[in-house]
Amino acid sequence: MREKTFTINNKLGLHARPAALLAQTACRHKASVKIFKGDVEVNGKSVMGLMMLAAGQGTRVRVVIDGEDEQQSMEAIEKLFSRKFDED
Amino acid sequence: MIIIKGVPASPGIAIGRAYVLEDEEIVVSRQEISPERVRSEVKRFKQALERTHLDLDAAEARVLRTLGKEHAKLIDAHRLILKDPLITKEVTQRILQERVNAEFALSETLERVNQAFEKIEDEFFRDRRHDLFDVGKRLLEHLLRKERKPLSALREPAILIARNLLPSDTLHLREARVLGFATDLGGKTSHTALLAQSLEIPAVVGLSDASHQVKPGDMVILDGNQGLVIISPGPEALQRYEKAQVKEKKEERALEVLRGLPCETADGKRVELLANLDTLEDARTIGALQPDGIGLFRTEFLYLNRTSAPEEEEQVEVYSRVVESLSSLPVIIRTADIGGDRLSDLGLEGPKEETNPFMGLRGIRLFLRYPELFKTQLRAILRAAIKGRVKILLPMVSSVGELKSARRLLTQAQAELVQEGHVFESPVEMGMMVEIPAAILLLDFMLEEIDFVSLGTNDLIQYLLAVDRVNEHVSHLYDPFHPAVLRVLHMTVEAVHKKGRWVSVCGEMASDPRAVPLLLGVGVDAFSVSPRMFLKIKQTLRTLKAAEVQSLFQRALVQPTSEEVHRLLDER
Repeated sequence: MREKTFTINNKLGLHARPAALLAQTACRHKASVKIFKGDVEVNGKSVMGLMMLAAGQGTRVRVVIDGEDEQQSMEAIEKLFSRKFDED
Repeated sequence: MIIIKGVPASPGIAIGRAYVLEDEEIVVSRQEISPERVRSEVKRFKQALERTHLDLDAAEARVLRTLGKEHAKLIDAHRLILKDPLITKEVTQRILQERVNAEFALSETLERVNQAFEKIEDEFFRDRRHDLFDVGKRLLEHLLRKERKPLSALREPAILIARNLLPSDTLHLREARVLGFATDLGGKTSHTALLAQSLEIPAVVGLSDASHQVKPGDMVILDGNQGLVIISPGPEALQRYEKAQVKEKKEERALEVLRGLPCETADGKRVELLANLDTLEDARTIGALQPDGIGLFRTEFLYLNRTSAPEEEEQVEVYSRVVESLSSLPVIIRTADIGGDRLSDLGLEGPKEETNPFMGLRGIRLFLRYPELFKTQLRAILRAAIKGRVKILLPMVSSVGELKSARRLLTQAQAELVQEGHVFESPVEMGMMVEIPAAILLLDFMLEEIDFVSLGTNDLIQYLLAVDRVNEHVSHLYDPFHPAVLRVLHMTVEAVHKKGRWVSVCGEMASDPRAVPLLLGVGVDAFSVSPRMFLKIKQTLRTLKAAEVQSLFQRALVQPTSEEVHRLLDER
């Protein structure tokens, strides 16, 4: 199991496009992805779930990944956050 | 006879029998599933998912064909939702664990998600649940095997009445023999309305409960000009509308023959007749009208309903497509006239709330405040200009300083592009909208900075007469025939021609057959009109004599009231 905390840095936060990107990336790997905002937990492979977080700019989210390819999954997701979902 | 008033979405009159597309509330009941049937219940759900995917594929192919890429994005979003584990996993789990039927498991899941979304304060995030419902509903319909009656089942020409038309329904409109349609929901710019306009079938939307009031087979009159639906019309109304319909058809045929004829007055003066372009969809139909060019290409649509500003490449693609589709005709592209309230759509922080947005941060003012936005659009327009004849038009200009700033940015953008290896054969002309009275008073100085002028009569009249057209208490004071309006038109044309420049009219006044004699009389060089009115205005211009309307305008200019201006027009 791997765990990391990220800050959402793009201006609009996890709106439709970044949420879709994140879910698609998570789905490309077998490992399960859980995203926590405070004590709210959603499935990282679910676009609707991610949107339900209503995570705006500056929100900190905890990402917990578990499964055989968890390392690759975490790397791919980390890249999305650091590149601000290619937005700004 | 019942008359329901809605929003006119596409002009024309249709008379016929109603075909009501049912859209009843779906009632889902909870049913226990025996342990041995649980597996097959899950399978049934998976099949419904599969069928919905197929629906989306079919809808996408059709949308791409008839409406284009922009509209197809919605279907992409729906596909993503359909794959969402929040639906697929949770519903499956509920079926397995609670041993309930798939419909119930699905509606419980949707309800849970809905509750979660309703708590979200941010409106944008909260509204995403509508997409979820759309998809959820399709799924439920498949599970209940209660598919909507397909439009292809339509045997005879009919008027379609529906609560709402899904994109997948509207795609059949062309094949099915739909005379016109009316919906309870929707606005003037909804997908369905735009589609009706491009298919040229009458439509009324926003009727609130027409789909309940109209019964299948009812005789119905659809008045797309006024936005009316008349159920079981009396003989008098029927006769009146039949007459109007015949007249409309006759006029249409009379206009058709005008297509190939030149736009010149009865005494042989050639007048440039241009078309206004609001959306990409219109670009295709405009070519068939054979205009002398596009007098006003509004680019606001590129900046609406999004989350970040349109990038240069996206804009270049859009402008180039228009320029290329009109081969060698000139295209005047107006830089976006968006207001401060739209900045959040572009991922920017705007003014909190403007009490008077009409006089607020919009048009050139907004772009000079956000020069990066402006420059991106200027670069994109310049790049499209390489592929054809393009001119740039600036909205909401009120001072010489604004023109100088815009010119500086334009020169800068062009220099950058040249450095990047682009070749410009001739300079790209820059013009301004005349819509703020101050610009007219200073036009002699303004003309030093620009190459041409376009009269935006809608805003000009509002600012000149201090009348907000959408304020019901004063909207009757909005008056294109007000002598003061005629005087500023006169001042504008005089000043422009004195400097040897060119002036067109692109506001609604140019598309009003009654105002055309005055505009021709004041001496504008070009009319830029809505595609819908194009042939009508051509017809009007061809009946007028330039010399006659010139003296008519001189007389109108010295009238004290618009009543007297109207009397002059009637006496003609």
